[in-house]
Amino acid sequence: MKIAVCVKQVPDSWAEKKMGSDGRLDRANVDAVLNDLDEYAVEEALKIVEAHSPTGEAGEGSGHTITVISMGPERASEAVRKALSMGADDAIVISDDALGGSDALATSLILAAEIKNGGYDIVVCGTESTDARMSVVPAMLAERLGYAQLTFAGSVKVDGTSITISRQTEFGVEEMSAPLPAIVSVVEKINEPRYPSFKGIMAAKKKTITTKSLADLGVSSQSSWSTVKDSALRPPRGAGVKVADEGDGGNKLVAFLQERRLA
Amino acid sequence: MSSVLILVDHVGGVVPKAVGELATFGKRIGDVTAVICSSKSAEIVPQLSAFAISKIIICDGIEFEKHSVGATAQALAAVVAKESPAAVLITSTARGKEIAGRLAVRCDSGLITDAIDIDSACVATQSVFGGSTTVHSTISHGTPIVTLRSNSIEVEAGSGSPSVENFAVSFDGVDKAIVTSVQPAVKGGRPELTEASIVVSGGRGTDGNFAPVEAFADVLGAAVGASRAATDAGWYPHSHQVGQTGKTVSPQLYVACGISGAIQHRAGMQTSKTIVAINKDPEAPIFEVADFGVVGDLFAVLPQASEGLKKA
Ligand SMILES: Cc1cc2nc3c(=O)[nH]c(=O)nc-3n(C[C@H](O)[C@H](O)[C@H](O)COP(=O)(O)OP(=O)(O)OC[C@H]3O[C@@H](n4cnc5c(N)ncnc54)[C@H](O)[C@@H]3O)c2cc1C
Repeated sequence: MKIAVCVKQVPDSWAEKKMGSDGRLDRANVDAVLNDLDEYAVEEALKIVEAHSPTGEAGEGSGHTITVISMGPERASEAVRKALSMGADDAIVISDDALGGSDALATSLILAAEIKNGGYDIVVCGTESTDARMSVVPAMLAERLGYAQLTFAGSVKVDGTSITISRQTEFGVEEMSAPLPAIVSVVEKINEPRYPSFKGIMAAKKKTITTKSLADLGVSSQSSWSTVKDSALRPPRGAGVKVADEGDGGNKLVAFLQERRLA
Repeated sequence: MSSVLILVDHVGGVVPKAVGELATFGKRIGDVTAVICSSKSAEIVPQLSAFAISKIIICDGIEFEKHSVGATAQALAAVVAKESPAAVLITSTARGKEIAGRLAVRCDSGLITDAIDIDSACVATQSVFGGSTTVHSTISHGTPIVTLRSNSIEVEAGSGSPSVENFAVSFDGVDKAIVTSVQPAVKGGRPELTEASIVVSGGRGTDGNFAPVEAFADVLGAAVGASRAATDAGWYPHSHQVGQTGKTVSPQLYVACGISGAIQHRAGMQTSKTIVAINKDPEAPIFEVADFGVVGDLFAVLPQASEGLKKA
């Protein structure tokens, strides 16, 4: 099996985020890390391979490969390095000046081009990036590639030529299955991402990270089809009233709710 | 006048209030055409008369329930091609966003998700970065496709009965992912989390005892939410988790009980109109976003408040 994991480098979710004057997220001034939700995707890809590997391990000798694909600034290779030190085999970073400000449509267009090149059987994604929060890229990839869409998976089972997931939706707990190739997105309950071992970190230094431009991919960039007219920092929610409970906290709360006509 | 398509979301044939909100937003832009993609249209159509809808288009097929969202996107794209609407509005649930995303690819159109408002010129308002920034955007290519969060607008009542049309859908080449089994969610008596106008949530501070949280929710007619600490501990089902990796809620009133207010939790509730926090720790970050905070023990404050409201 050829597995791809799409990862993204994002601003650290603990850092404060601001819009730049160009209406885009100001990414230069915050620490960038591997999108924490993508670590679950890397872990799940490793688990799938381990379950099908004669040695029980991913990597050489498993008969399967895991390629990390990331689109973003050259710096993205730091996030990719983390995925490689967890155990992925190699990586492709798509980096091009023309990609700044890509929205989900543009991102999915470019990722789809690379996935098509690689002919992957399974593409694993996180459910959303912690910065843009659109969670639509996996569905868009399925649409563009004609792969089966199995998103928000809480468990994944691969069996030769088919894949089955279970997921929690507003309808209940669903089982879905499809023939390969498929796009899977995984929720953070699915597994516990491993910490890269020292051996893993050393091995990752020798793994190949291929950087590609749009020309290498043979696609032209697509500018964002949504235009930000303006953005404004919301005035911070004025620190409201804070009262200490002196045996009457519940009553004070009731008075507040009644004053606001909320109860 | 131009038409606006709204997708009728439903759970087991029950149409949520959010569809009425889409109709109310849609009317600002044009005549509202509601599209039903379901095998349950007979149950759904009568429920739509409550909303400001002028036409209903029915795409019938069991495929919509059996296949992934690809089936709905495929049908909707065919309807868009026929109707050339001024915009397509869809509810901003996980499912709704996926349908919108696939539709945008199919129609070669721009997409805005998680809007909280849209005006007559299709300028959408989003609240981003955990509610700290308000953004106005437009779509510059194709048919604007916008997903809107529920609880964003007061539903306007409909007048008169909409016309009904059937639309023949082709499922050729439909997404091969198939739902093989569903264990229906056990429906409690409480409103659905993302739809409720009041949400009362409990966190690690409950220490596993949600009884006072649930009792307070019930006197308010509220839905019950939980922090990840509470769902991880197995104290409350994951489907009730509020936050970055749970549900995003935007109710009239959000009450956080024994929740510290981590950024990932705030990401899911910060656009609530009024926020109340009950926490023992006066330094808890949740107080930074609370309109009203009680520094105290939730096991004392909540029962007293529930009693007080019952008497009122
Ligand atoms: C990738 C990622 C995604 C995440 N997604 C989410 C998410 O979707 N939703 C989410 O909620 N979290 C999420 N988290 C976790 C988040 O960072 C916090 O760990 C979590 O929100 C903490 O839950 P809590 O506030 O209930 O617990 P704590 O932070 O432990 O806070 C408990 C609070 O209860 C108070 N307390 C204790 N006893 C009482 C009492 N008797 N009465 C009153 N107050 C009391 C304490 O003072 C404390 O402030 C995510 C984290 C990561 C890394």
